[in-house]
Formats: sequence, C-alpha cells, structure tokens
Amino acid sequence: MPKTIHETPMLDELEKGPWPSFISGFKRLRDQHPNERINAVVGDLLGQLEHSYETRKGYWKGGTVSVYGYGGGIIPRFSEVGDAFPESKEFHTVRVQPPAGNYYTTDILDQLADTWEKYGSGLITFHGQTGNIMFIGVDTDNTQHFFDEINDYGFDLGGAGPCVRTAMSCVGAARCEQSCCNEHALHRALVNEFTDDVHRPALPYKFKFKVSGCPNDCMNSIERSDFAVIGTWRDDMKVDQAEVKAFIEAKGRQYVLDNVTSRCPTSCMTLTDDDQLQVDNSNCVRCMHCLNVMCKALSPGDDKGVTILVGGKRTLKIGDLMGTVVVPFMKMDTAEDYERIVEMAGDIIDFFAENALEHERTGEMIERIGLVNFLEGIGIDVNPNMVDKPRECSYVRMDGWDEEVEKWYERKAEEKASA
Amino acid sequence: MALDMREPIESGCPDGFQYMHPVMRKNFGQWKYHEHPRPGVLLHVAHSGDEIWTVRAGTQRILDLFTLRKLNQIGKEIGEGYVRFTLRSNIEYMVADGAKVEPLIQALEEAGFIVGGTANSVAMISHTQGWLHCDIPGTDASGVVKAMMDEFIDEFKNCNMPNRVHLTTSCCQINCGGQGDIAINVQHTKPPKINHDLVSNVCERPSVVARCPVAAIRPAMVEGKPSLEVDEKKCICCGACFPPCPPMAINDAEYSVLSIWVGGNHSNARSKPTFQKLVASGVPNNPPRWPEATAIVKQILSVYKEDARDWERINDWIDRIGWPRFFEKTGLPFTKYHIDDWRGSRKSLNASTHIRF
Ligand code: SF4
Ligand code: SF4
Ligand code: SF4
Repeated sequence: MPKTIHETPMLDELEKGPWPSFISGFKRLRDQHPNERINAVVGDLLGQLEHSYETRKGYWKGGTVSVYGYGGGIIPRFSEVGDAFPESKEFHTVRVQPPAGNYYTTDILDQLADTWEKYGSGLITFHGQTGNIMFIGVDTDNTQHFFDEINDYGFDLGGAGPCVRTAMSCVGAARCEQSCCNEHALHRALVNEFTDDVHRPALPYKFKFKVSGCPNDCMNSIERSDFAVIGTWRDDMKVDQAEVKAFIEAKGRQYVLDNVTSRCPTSCMTLTDDDQLQVDNSNCVRCMHCLNVMCKALSPGDDKGVTILVGGKRTLKIGDLMGTVVVPFMKMDTAEDYERIVEMAGDIIDFFAENALEHERTGEMIERIGLVNFLEGIGIDVNPNMVDKPRECSYVRMDGWDEEVEKWYERKAEEKASA
Repeated sequence: MALDMREPIESGCPDGFQYMHPVMRKNFGQWKYHEHPRPGVLLHVAHSGDEIWTVRAGTQRILDLFTLRKLNQIGKEIGEGYVRFTLRSNIEYMVADGAKVEPLIQALEEAGFIVGGTANSVAMISHTQGWLHCDIPGTDASGVVKAMMDEFIDEFKNCNMPNRVHLTTSCCQINCGGQGDIAINVQHTKPPKINHDLVSNVCERPSVVARCPVAAIRPAMVEGKPSLEVDEKKCICCGACFPPCPPMAINDAEYSVLSIWVGGNHSNARSKPTFQKLVASGVPNNPPRWPEATAIVKQILSVYKEDARDWERINDWIDRIGWPRFFEKTGLPFTKYHIDDWRGSRKSLNASTHIRF
C-alpha cells in the first residue's frame, strides 16, 4: 500500500502548544508504525482532515456496514473525497461496550491494542459520548475480523441507531464514599437484559440507561439518559461530630457557615454554639452538597436504594429535556429488587416501542401524551414527588375526581398495612 | 458464505470486576472518605483502613497506538497495572502503594501527559467527533479542544477555580457534547441549500418532513422532479433535516458559526440540575485554532474565578449575581436572541420586580 504524505499546514498548527497533540499521534502512525497499511491509511486520513480544515466542511457519509448476525454497532463512514484519499476511503468506527465502570487492566488494554493493530487504523478513544470504546477507522472487510477476535475474549458491540444503547455507570462503590448502590451490577443487569435490542435496532429511536451512585450524578444521567438510576438513601445521614469539630478546627467556623449550612437548599442544617452540626433529615433533599464539602464528617445513611427518572435527552427534536421522577425510592438489595427494576425497564421500552412516533425519544413521547398517560401505560401510580408543583391552570376536565381520591386513600391504607 | 460466518457471542457489557484493582474489589461499597493531596491525585480511604491512590492525567483523547501503549507501559512498570477512564476521557491509575504516586506523576509528565483534572479544575473538555469521523459536522472537535486545552492547561493542572468547570463542545446543533458549565457549539445561521437533483434518490421525503421541529419542510416538485421545499421564514436553521437528507446542505464555511452557552450543571448539589443558556454567538468557526472562541471562554472564566464564591458552579454564581450583572461583568452584549421563544419560554421571563441596581 502506497503511503502518501500530504502537506498539512493547518493541522501542523495543532502540534504546537503544551497539551498532547492528536495530530502528532497521527503522524507517528503514518511515519513510524511498522505496518504499511496503517501508514497509508493514516496518511490519507491526514490529507482528508486537512482538506476539511481548509474548506470548513466534513466529507464522510454514512452507509450500511454491520457484522454477521447483528444490525448495528458499527458507524459506517465512506469518504466523499475517496478518489483523492483512497487509503482511508472506508473509515468505519466500531463501538464496543466497555466493562461496567470503565475498569481495565493494562494487559487487557494491550490485548485490545494488539487486535486493533492487526485490522484497524490505530486510532482509539476511551470513550465516546455514549460511553463506547471507539475504534476509529477500519475498512468493511476488516470490521468482521476485528469484531470476531475481540468478541472471542469477552467484548461485544454497543448500540448505534434506533436501539438500546451502550449504558454507563460511575466509579461508584468501587472507590467512592458517596455510593448508595451497586452501580456496575445495575448497569449490567439493565443493559444486558436487552442485548437483542442493542444489536438489532428496531425501536422508534435510541434508548439509554445511565447509573449514578448518588445525586451528584457524575454520569449526567438526568440530562442524558432515557432511564436514569441514581443511588440515594431514606434514613438519616450520618454525622461524625468529632470530624465536624476537626473540620472547624482546620477551616474555621465561618467557613462552615458560609459554605455548608447557608448553602443547604432547604436550610435544614444548623451549627450549634458548641459546634455540633444538626440536620433536619426530614427536609434534606439529598442534594449532596454538604457531604461533598465535608466528606469525612458526613455520609449517606444506611437505608439505601435508588431513584428512577425517565425521559432525559439532548436537543433533537423538541429541545433538551430532563428526566422526570417516576420512582422516588426503590430498595436495591435482593435479586427480586433487581428483577423488578429490569422488568420495569422492559415495560417502559415496550411502551416506548408501541407508542412513540418514529424518531421520537421517550421524553418527547411523554411530553406529547402527558406523564399520566405514560404512568398508566406502564402501571405506576402517581406520586407528588413526580412534580415540582401541582397544576396551575384551572382549564382541565376533572369529572373522575372522586374515583382518583378513592384510589389515593386505598393506596395509603395498603402502604400502612404493609409497613 | 453464511456457513463460514462466525456466530456472535452476545455477551453485552463485560463485568468490570475482573479488571478492578484488588483493593477496590476488597473494599467495594466500603469507602469512608477521600482527600485531595495535590492536583491530579486522589486518596480514598476505606472503613477497613485500606487506601487506594489515584493519579489522573489528561491525554489527546483520540489516542494513537503508540500513545495507548505508552500509557499502558507506565501503568505496568510504575503503577500496579490497573487503570480506568473518566467520563471526560482522562486516564486514572490506581495504586495501593502511595510511594508510587510521585514516580507515576513524573513518568506521565515526562511522556507529555498532563496530570490534573481533579476537584476545582477546568476539566478536560468533553467533545464529539467532528470532521475527523462524523457525517454531519459543522466543525472539528478534537482540534477545538486541543487549541483550548493549550490555553487552559494551568487551570487543568492547578485546580484553583471556585468549583469544578466542565467544558463541552458540539459540532452540530444536535449537541451530543452535552451540557456544560461552558459549552461551545456549532450554530447555523442560514437555511439549508437544497440540491434538488439528489433529493428524490437519497432522501425518504416523509421522514425528512417529519424531522423538522417547526414544520418548515414540504414535499414539492422542483423542475419536474420530486423534491422538498423549505419555508425559509419559518426555518430556524437547526440542521435536523441534514442527517436524513444530505442534499439539504446546512454546513456552510461562512455562515455556520459557534455559539457559547453557560450554566449547564448535571449535579443535584445545591440547586436542581440546569441546562446551559446562550450567552454569545456569531463566533467565527475558525480552524485550525479557533482563537475567537477561546478568547470568550477565557473571559468568562476569568470573571467567574474572580467573582464567584467557594463552591459556586457557574450556574450558582449567576443565580446569585443575576444575568444583567453577568453580561456587565463579562462585557458580552445582550441581544434579542438571548430572549427565548421556544416552547415553554414564557417561564424564563422576569415576572417580578426583582431587579438589581
Ligand atoms: S455519582 Fe456519586 S457515587 Fe458515583 S462517582 Fe459520582 S459522587 Fe461517587
Ligand atoms: S445533602 Fe443537601 S439538602 Fe441535605 S443537608 Fe446536605 S446540603 Fe442540605
Ligand atoms: S434546518 Fe431545521 S428548521 Fe430548517 S428546514 Fe431543516 S429541519 Fe426545518
């Protein structure tokens, strides 16, 4: 394969400056890698990218590429200027699901690098915005070979197109003191129940799971997933008063007043005259602020579980939407708890598949049909935690009022009986 | 042919436990607190007394094999062979032996990686695909990020902002870069230019019509051919019709510009999660280094750093000082385009006498 060295005056500007340069990396692959195929592919890729920089236009188009037995997981890229840059004219991306929590040994990373070296361009990203390992740049024939090899040692494709997408979970219980659930077990229980929906796109549009271990929501799950699972707790937070004193000693009393108690969104903390931190737990909304500032002194309680929000997404088509609470609290301890959450996810995906319009996300469907119709469809009762505030406009038909009130009292009685 | 084909093993998401540091496995769910001994380093302590140290480093994100192997080699020879990647594509090395932290930092810095990105830093910019491998981009992503990180490297390394700052970029108006404290996103300013010769061959016309958020597209015969027509008065130049119908060219070398948005915050800490708000637009899409965009981001960051109190994210800070003062302090112009007119927008107007003088 002939390697072409294109002039890249604009890209060369990106080799300057102290931050590591991806362009210098590309040039290493072009100039120093022992594999001639890689030299040639990256040589022409640099040429096409320079052309984009000069003309301020992209030159990739999609198409259809997949591996045997699957319908998705590959992002096909064919060059529109392939005549000028033939060696990189097929430059597909393979989306691969990372291990839950993004853990790797250097050995497994080396193994992935070895396989990629055999078939691909040599460019990799950990990870793309959806959370996949992105193996960037492989031609159509090698796509299958690459997949076969990594699939043999435990890696599988992620989602692309209208399907259940690759999920994400935070570092969580493996290293974080704020974790209130087993993020990785939840992540795998959810997404691996739907592998068929990951690999064979047949939904109205994409459906994403994200799991964060606490309301800090490091995975942006409320803003970026259709099904957000966030760890939380119901009992009192733990306060180690000795550590509170130590903190005051180190930082000063005023620091605690300015940065902890007065920042609490529900004003439920006070610092007493003798430097005890008191919490009105019934008004704590588990925002995490005070626990973040004083992580040695304050910790989540013991009665842990998760909150589930549904319908977050980005701009296309009706604008950005946040997820909405559909389950304020659910225990997540036993195998039955896991079965329940997976079943609920299945019900929601089924309802989405049946009721969403083409290319409509779950949140947009809910916006169109109303939260109540959605809840009735998936069999979840209304709860005041689902709203910021009740209805403000009186233009609504309410002739079913008495029945609804009856249901509320029945539910309350049941709750009381089972408590 | 199909007979020779290998059936896929539908194993899905792999178990991360097998790749996890043994100390993290042992203390799973049993962590007590953490400390931040220096920028780029975290120390987590478990109830058992066990410690795990983390060294975090920024990279070019689009890794070439040499770079990946170098990162691996550092992890094997100097670390303990266990790594992970953060949401913003930084690499983290976990070691139980605190004595390995300094040598790790040294090796990473010698190899050109940037140790930092923890706590109150300007974090690594999360970015999308761009001209490198997306099919609909209006700009590049890796290039914008490289040019900006060159400028914000001290903030990445020193962690001395009021709170953490997440930057994001997106190379089309779908904005797959996500919400950020500051977001730099492509903004189209002219309706698509339609190549009518290609529409009927390439586009599924009803689904293109359905894709438009403002119903500006209708089927039409143009010069005897079935094509599509755009009501340019209605069109908001979002580019949503371009992915399903590439002949509706939206990307324009001159008229696709950059907009800057601030105050997106995914966390529930203090206030509820927030979306980012428009603060500047008309910023030239100017490769290879996009200096105009970087200058505005820098300006916003310097005012924030000066004016915000400890623990205030950008949205918290603006909530306290108010939007008029934000525009005053940053020197950014306030225009009619800052007033929202999308659905539900009336709730964003000031219906009170709460005004700061
Ligand atoms: S979301 Fe919470 S538990 Fe998960 S890593 Fe962030 S702070 Fe820790
Ligand atoms: S977690 Fe938030 S709401 Fe609860 S006490 Fe702390 S600051 Fe207040
Ligand atoms: S650019 Fe957006 S608003 Fe304009 S026609 Fe296309 S989809 Fe409709």
